[in-house]
Amino acid sequence: MSTHYTATAKGLHWLMAILLFGLLALGFYMQDLPLSPEKLQLYSWHKWAGVTAFLLVLVRLAWRATHRPPALPIGMSKLMQLASHSGHAALYLLMIAIPLSGWLMSSAKGFQTVWFGVLPIPDLLDKNRELGETLALLHQSLNLIFVALIVGHIAAALKHHFIDHDDILKHMSPHPEK
Amino acid sequence: MKRITLASIAALTLAAGLPLSAQAVEYSQVNAAKSAINFTYQQMGVKMDGNFRKFSSQLSFDPARPTEAKASFDVDLASIDAGSSEADQEVAGKAWFNTKAFPTARFVAGSVKPLGGNRYEVAGKLTIKGRSQDIVVPATFSAQGNSGVFDGSFTIRRGDFAIGEGSWAKFDIVANDILVKFRITASSK
Repeated sequence: MSTHYTATAKGLHWLMAILLFGLLALGFYMQDLPLSPEKLQLYSWHKWAGVTAFLLVLVRLAWRATHRPPALPIGMSKLMQLASHSGHAALYLLMIAIPLSGWLMSSAKGFQTVWFGVLPIPDLLDKNRELGETLALLHQSLNLIFVALIVGHIAAALKHHFIDHDDILKHMSPHPEK
Repeated sequence: MKRITLASIAALTLAAGLPLSAQAVEYSQVNAAKSAINFTYQQMGVKMDGNFRKFSSQLSFDPARPTEAKASFDVDLASIDAGSSEADQEVAGKAWFNTKAFPTARFVAGSVKPLGGNRYEVAGKLTIKGRSQDIVVPATFSAQGNSGVFDGSFTIRRGDFAIGEGSWAKFDIVANDILVKFRITASSK
């Protein structure tokens, strides 16, 4: 059993980490801006990046399903193993649910997503103002949960490295030799 | 001889597109519930649409005498549905329609030209935000029971009417071309 994730898994993890931080920061920043051409531009960029993240997570899940990740350290308690597995499952679930909720919201708001301004993504719902606002609230709530999970994910990685002194963090290190 | 005359009259009548019953029908009572003014435009490659909920009109149209038709429309610009309450408020503001100073858009038809069949070309003056443009509007007319339905569309450039000034004046985010589509249903008196 390898002690490292594959280079592809690492690449996808860190690429998505950068992309998702950007998406979260942009998402929380742009929502309270007064309506302006810049705001419309930022929304378009956010949606293009969101579609990209959605496609990447599908690739990532396919890779994960066909490539076994490194085993957890032997000393980990059953409870901690359960926490690890359910935490990762929840992260994947939200990486699917959040772009879907954004897509549904855009459809209900009557604002079709056109990927990079070129490829139209079909609307999943008819225009409906109330539903659009409900879905906006859903999108926001899911993201708040996602932020809490990411904080937990990073805290757990740091705990393994600095307190437990195991090599969990190194499994995902971009440098394979270390 | 008699047979030929009858045939000629029938042919002439058909060629002129006149109703065989000689009675003229004038469509003048606009049914607001069955009429609509919609618009579509591009926003960063995304097709957006909206509509105006309120407008008033004065109309008289007799299919037998289309060139004598009269039509004018006053669209309540504050009645816009631009997709969200945020957008509705924004377009009512000074940079867009400035509805406090210019509450209505007005179209007055000057002439109606029959193009054959049920197609017509309406030339007239469109005034929005204190700026007037001569426009030509292609329209079709079809009688449906007691009512007549006018359908048509035309494109305006928002820049011609200073719709979207200041930071909105560039067309990279919100395109210049706005396609206006209408359906007016009117009944005869």
